Amino acid sequence: MRKPFAVTLDVGSSLANLTGSWRSERPVYVDRLPPCNATCPAGENIQQWLFHAEEGHYEAAWRVLTRDNPLAAIMGRVCYHPCEGACNRGQLDESVGINAVERFLGDEATRQGWCFDPVTTESGKRVMVVGSGPAGLSAAYHLRSKGHGVVIFEAEPLAGGMLRYGIPQYRLPRAVIDSDVQRIIDMGVELRLGQRIEDIQATMQQEGFDACFLGVGSQIGKRAYIPAGDARKITDAVGVLHQMEGEHKPLLGRRVIVYGGGNTAIDVARTARRLGAEESVIVYRRTRDKMPAHSHEVSEALEEGVKLKWLSTITAADEETITVEKMELDDDGFPQPTGEFETMPADSVVLALGQDVDLDLLNRLPGLTIERGVVQVDANRATGVPGVFAGGDMVGGERTVTVAVGHGKRAARAIDAYLQGVHHKPAGKHELATFDRLNTWYYSDAPKSIRPVLDIIRRQSTFDEVVGGLDEANALYEARRCMSCGNCFECDTCYGVCPDNAVIKLGPGKRFRFNYDYCKGCGLCVAECPCGAIRIEAEPD
Amino acid sequence: MRTSHVKFYQTGTFTVGNRLLSEAERSVQSTLERTNALNSGHRACQGCGEALGARYAIDAAMRATDNQLIAANATGCLEVFSTPYPQTSWQIPWIHSLFGNTAAVATGVAAALRVKGRTQTRVVAQGGDGGTTDIGFGCLSGMFERNDDVLYICYDNEAYMNTGVQRSSATPPAARTATSQAVGSEPGNVFGQGKNVPLIAMAHEIPYVATASVADVRDLETKVTKAMSMHGARYIHILVPCPLGWGAAPHDTVNLARLATESGLFPVFEAEHGEITDRRTIRRKVPVEDYLRRQKRFAHLFKPELRTDVIAQLQAMADRNIRRFGLLDKEEL
Ligand SMILES: Cc1cc2nc3c(=O)[nH]c(=O)nc-3n(C[C@H](O)[C@H](O)[C@H](O)COP(=O)(O)OP(=O)(O)OC[C@H]3O[C@@H](n4cnc5c(N)ncnc54)[C@H](O)[C@@H]3O)c2cc1C
Ligand SMILES: Cc1ncc(C[n+]2csc(CCOP(=O)(O)OP(=O)(O)O)c2C)c(N)n1
Ligand code: SF4
Ligand SMILES: [Mg+2]
Repeated sequence: MRKPFAVTLDVGSSLANLTGSWRSERPVYVDRLPPCNATCPAGENIQQWLFHAEEGHYEAAWRVLTRDNPLAAIMGRVCYHPCEGACNRGQLDESVGINAVERFLGDEATRQGWCFDPVTTESGKRVMVVGSGPAGLSAAYHLRSKGHGVVIFEAEPLAGGMLRYGIPQYRLPRAVIDSDVQRIIDMGVELRLGQRIEDIQATMQQEGFDACFLGVGSQIGKRAYIPAGDARKITDAVGVLHQMEGEHKPLLGRRVIVYGGGNTAIDVARTARRLGAEESVIVYRRTRDKMPAHSHEVSEALEEGVKLKWLSTITAADEETITVEKMELDDDGFPQPTGEFETMPADSVVLALGQDVDLDLLNRLPGLTIERGVVQVDANRATGVPGVFAGGDMVGGERTVTVAVGHGKRAARAIDAYLQGVHHKPAGKHELATFDRLNTWYYSDAPKSIRPVLDIIRRQSTFDEVVGGLDEANALYEARRCMSCGNCFECDTCYGVCPDNAVIKLGPGKRFRFNYDYCKGCGLCVAECPCGAIRIEAEPD
Repeated sequence: MRTSHVKFYQTGTFTVGNRLLSEAERSVQSTLERTNALNSGHRACQGCGEALGARYAIDAAMRATDNQLIAANATGCLEVFSTPYPQTSWQIPWIHSLFGNTAAVATGVAAALRVKGRTQTRVVAQGGDGGTTDIGFGCLSGMFERNDDVLYICYDNEAYMNTGVQRSSATPPAARTATSQAVGSEPGNVFGQGKNVPLIAMAHEIPYVATASVADVRDLETKVTKAMSMHGARYIHILVPCPLGWGAAPHDTVNLARLATESGLFPVFEAEHGEITDRRTIRRKVPVEDYLRRQKRFAHLFKPELRTDVIAQLQAMADRNIRRFGLLDKEEL
């Protein structure tokens, strides 16, 4: 080729110059575990369902959510959402309102009539589930979606366990339970109501079940000894709340004393107000900040006129009064009696001191280990009896709906493995996406949206739901506050900030790839990635 | 200019791209179609802010002109790392010029295009701070004064980097360079010298003057796009941190540009016909110390003893900028 004057070499592109050889460290894309996911006892992939919700793809979001937890509408109302406590956004402004978005998705599923995917291949195996509380429902759902035949036995006339016979309607409308449960039944799960299992082994043999999941909960209200002139006036919280679901509502009188400091005490006290009690007083032996009840529930109760009497124990109950002794906290924060007494008017006393597991059924199953009143299980929720698994309130630990759902899921996976003759090994966890991994500069400032709250008068007199849901716009906004910690959300920042064009954009949904031919290893992408989805590593030899 | 500010809250509003935005609203740098005007294989240092800024600016200019663009390049790092004979990283037509005459060369190209009737083809000139504020300043002022149809972009890394970090009239006070050593009672570059070329450009009353940095690509792209929608002499001054010359970590380039703007040391604003029309307000204010500490060229302000007096002088410069350009929203003042 004839070249112009003074040109001796063929001109070409700098692409011939592979600057990747300069590199001593290389960036790699990673998926880190967001703290919300890491904390969720039900193992929800929160970050991922928020990702879909952000785009307004609510059904996709709901499908990701229900891969782990089938009870979205229920969770969105009663879950104590430890995820929000762990949410990294809490360190920036306020945590993402995960629970409110979950509720929106759960309700949207009902509004739109979304169903779970039909089971395509039947395994031919049958599993018996005892109890239709959240643990049993979750186990049944996960087992059924793996193709196993599932029968739930439930002693009560309706499904839901403590969801229905514990948690009051003003927090969880019964229609919500019904639709979340029905969706599981629609997968082909058989629900036998009003059937109390007396002998687990016998039922398994009679009906040819290959495995069993126990989720019988903890149903028996703990008692405390209180010398009482009139013993009729002392009842227990689970009994009262259970009665609320029957035809004959409990008669508690005008002045109700609730004894205990947990969430159940709050629920009973608020229920008493709604039943017409003029005075509903919670007597608790420690101080308000020491109450195990969640502070927002305490506040809601106080707003409704429930009264709190802390640093007090009930020492006696008479016809129209009770006697309480004042307590004081010692240096270790334990309440100690002071010898000062006081009487309070009371028509009834409701004990809310926690629940015990009914051991009658369990003692009849040889091989089951029971310690400190709860059934012992391994990490797979397997009991000592081959093929028998257990979860939820009956196995101890934290007693919440999300924990029960998580147990049911974990057990279902282990049962599935057991039925195939293998041992279930949970997948390893990714490293945590801690706050210091993020570059929060990139997130716009956005305060949390608040859920509407029912008018105070209606809250004192009716059982209408107290906390409302977010509308679509607010749910979308809330979802978009998620920072997608540890997981690429395709913001193109790495693609933009690379001075060497060494990031290849693969297109929507496909994320990015590094072009190590040209990446000089400067680390700009790592430093600027908003969500901490890139790690820098020593260059392999 | 406020396009970088939030219209509705969403994940990643300040990110380069945003899958929640409509295609038309997305930044050039987030698209698959961007020109990559400065292609891979160039020999800029790891984390070079100038390489980044040049691609941001020229890709935006390419989109704005429907790819009808010619660049005149001054000698400096940008030219040297992109075009070692016989290779080039440029994916646009470009013409090499001397260290000091780029503005004049660009003027000539624009004149030639006009004579040939190719008015749709537009011209940019690019130079470093040395080539712009010092040696090329006469040609630049002439280009402004004649209102030639050129967008001149200065990539300001605050010294003559290509020849080994010598001081320029854009080097900040107290900074150590090869020619302003950190010795004596007033170490580093002197206070009270240097020039502010954006303000001087404004004094020419040319149609458009703007400053920008590599910390805000959307803002930078908006300004380039706006400049290309206008005719006559236009000037954009872009702060481009230089890891080598500033003694900073290569991964810190964007962060340093951000700290420079968030501290107020580098005011980001735009002006038309000599009057300031908008400024980019500070979002998370930081003391200048946060910016200085991360750079070895200011190391002597922290060791062997902490020079609070000098740091205070630099802080006063930042505070003056904040007042002068209104960099803080009223309620934050
Ligand atoms: C008043 C109250 C409020 C609560 N509020 C909340 C809340 O807001 N958020 C939260 O996360 N948690 C809350 N909890 C705790 C939560 O309800 C429980 O942790 C959860 O329901 C436990 O689920 P589970 O499936 O293990 O048992 P359960 O929900 O107790 O269900 C067990 C089921 O098994 C059935 N059963 C038992 N024995 C047999 C048998 N032999 N044969 C057949 N069926 C049997 C029972 O009838 C019951 O339906 C609350 C608890 C109470 C009491
Ligand atoms: C007339 C002339 N003098 C000196 C040089 C040597 N020279 C080449 S690049 C350069 C410095 C460029 O500095 P700047 O314009 O700030 O660009 P940077 O390299 O910092 O990007 C110098 C002094 C030259 N090429 N021509
Ligand atoms: S910001 Fe989003 S992904 Fe991160 S912890 Fe909070 S909810 Fe999870
Ligand atoms: Mg320079």
